[in-house]
Amino acid sequence: MATLDIRDLHVSVNAEGGPREILRGVDLTVKQGETHAIMGPNGSGKSTLAYSVAGHPKYTITSGTVTLDGEDVLAMTVDQRARAGLFLAMQYPVEVPGVSVSNFLRTSVTAVKGEAPKLRTWVKEMRTAMDALSMDPAFAERNVNEGFSGGEKKRHEILQMELLKPKIAILDETDSGLDVDALKVVSEGVNRVASSGEVGVLLITHYTRILRYIRPDFVHVFVDGRIVAEGGPELADALEADGYDRYIKAAASA
Amino acid sequence: MTVTDTHTDFVAPTGREEAWRFTPLKSLRGIYSEINSPVPPQLTIDAAAGVVVTSVDTTALPAASGPVDWSSAIARAATTQSTVITLPRDFVDSTPTVVRIEGSGVDTPSVAHIVINAELFSRGVVVLEHSGSATYSANVEINVADGAHLTVVSIQSWSADTVHLGRQHAVVGRDATFRSFIATFGGKVVRLVPTVEYAGPGGNAELMGVFFADAGQHLEHRSLIDHAVPHCRSNVMYKGALKGDPALGPEGIARTVWVGDVIIRAAAIGTETYELNRNLVLTDAARADSVPNLEIETGEIVGAGHASATGRFDDEQLFYLQSRGIPADVATRLVVRGFFADVITKLGVPEWESHLQAAIDSELGLAAGSESEDDQSEDDQAVDEATA
Ligand SMILES: Nc1ncnc2c1ncn2[C@@H]1O[C@H](COP(=O)(O)OP(=O)(O)OP(=O)(O)O)[C@@H](O)[C@H]1O
Ligand SMILES: [Mg+2]
Repeated sequence: MATLDIRDLHVSVNAEGGPREILRGVDLTVKQGETHAIMGPNGSGKSTLAYSVAGHPKYTITSGTVTLDGEDVLAMTVDQRARAGLFLAMQYPVEVPGVSVSNFLRTSVTAVKGEAPKLRTWVKEMRTAMDALSMDPAFAERNVNEGFSGGEKKRHEILQMELLKPKIAILDETDSGLDVDALKVVSEGVNRVASSGEVGVLLITHYTRILRYIRPDFVHVFVDGRIVAEGGPELADALEADGYDRYIKAAASA
Repeated sequence: MTVTDTHTDFVAPTGREEAWRFTPLKSLRGIYSEINSPVPPQLTIDAAAGVVVTSVDTTALPAASGPVDWSSAIARAATTQSTVITLPRDFVDSTPTVVRIEGSGVDTPSVAHIVINAELFSRGVVVLEHSGSATYSANVEINVADGAHLTVVSIQSWSADTVHLGRQHAVVGRDATFRSFIATFGGKVVRLVPTVEYAGPGGNAELMGVFFADAGQHLEHRSLIDHAVPHCRSNVMYKGALKGDPALGPEGIARTVWVGDVIIRAAAIGTETYELNRNLVLTDAARADSVPNLEIETGEIVGAGHASATGRFDDEQLFYLQSRGIPADVATRLVVRGFFADVITKLGVPEWESHLQAAIDSELGLAAGSESEDDQSEDDQAVDEATA
């Protein structure tokens, strides 16, 4: 069973006036088949955690380890991490002009699986997956994320997750900017993947709203670059009622 | 001063002229101002059946039509033998006539004069393929007779030390179609000036181009469409990629220039014209100039527009593609192929389309299409079709 292990992770970014530490010792273990929610206020470093695991060049790992089944993730290039089974659904997916969705998806699936999928079954698979996310087949011919609405971009991210079948998927605020219908469609997609038992999901969110549709096994409260509280789904309910204030104050006085 | 004036000059350029201000004159080995004892390049012609190829005394041919500047005038004056390619009346064949132009070294200047005549109602394709090392200045004169349909493809696959100045002028007849496709990859300095005039109403000109500059290259394309006749159309679409090498300092700069001049004269009512240039910058150490010029002397036109933009394949795009398992080199190729795809598929000559694709891949420094990659790209097209 695949396990993503994050140990005492410290990460900084280059800010004006020198490096600024954003992550200050994160410990987290996500196993295949589990669903974790990371919840935290704006600017607490949730995306930084996601990007650092995916290998975005902007972030510098100053100490700590990240392993996938014991393999050193931090030593891998971005594409190697994806091929090793990590997936990041981005908070702000990037537009890639000139590259069609269908060409992008097929190239990506070919890279991750190590061989090109058979044309006939592939087209069917892509269509079925798009259909399940209520995506118009015309999207296949559009350029990657170009001119997509916020909701369309998020569906496209989940589509990629469904087609790439990662071992561990990090979903960075996939719920933000979605109306209720889109939220349901996207949540169903996540649940389909999670229910296979083959994927460990790390759901990053600011709001508890998505947790009405996706039931996490574990909830982690993230404040000021580290996890400050952990529990089961009941922790999300408490956050829904009380907000983050208590944790922010505690972190500030710590 | 009108835009055509910048294309007509009777003194040697100094570099201060509008038409020469981007060009590195010092790198041209003098051929823009003076040509002494030139030699011809090596020409090999593979003509489609029915196409007539002759070599004639240049002085026996009529003077050049359209705007002629100093450098093209001296090149023509220095040419003694012209190559005349004729697609006879009613000739129809999609098999290209291929003219291979092989450089005869950089030390001696070389010149050429190639005339392409597409006679009444003929339809065909002529490919000019340039390779090797040269200091070369050439005039290509194209006559597309009434009702004819001619595609001229000019591929610059020169060696890294070549200098190439070229004028390619087309006279487009009544209801005729001229399609120019210019693909420039090689050479140290390449400066091409495709120009079009119309001899009768209903003419249509499509000027397409792709160019890919890497470290130390200057690739310049300046088109001029002179609409002086009613009810003609023109469409210009050029796309360029730039990949410099920041580690080499000033020597490593990839440089491109696109200037698109269009003039719609008072008599040219019912004109429809559009021009587009897009550039894709792949690295630092790159500079792309993109200058559309539209001069309109009549309001009674169908439409006139232009678009020009230079974008960057940036680290965020690369990260996004890599985060989907796609290695960096494949990601770059995916983006560059996608960028050029809409122009290249306009060529409409499949074997030369894949030739250009391979040339672009090799510019990227990637293994030029191994078997499996070719399969993949065909497959990709099949997917696109299947999902359309
Ligand atoms: N280049 C940078 N220079 C300075 N500070 C930066 C830089 N990049 C990110 N930060 C800071 O790092 C902190 C964490 O940002 P991050 O995007 O990880 O937060 P987040 O928890 O995902 O927030 P949100 O809920 O808004 O998505 C923020 O305070 C942000 O301003
Ligand atoms: Mg964030």
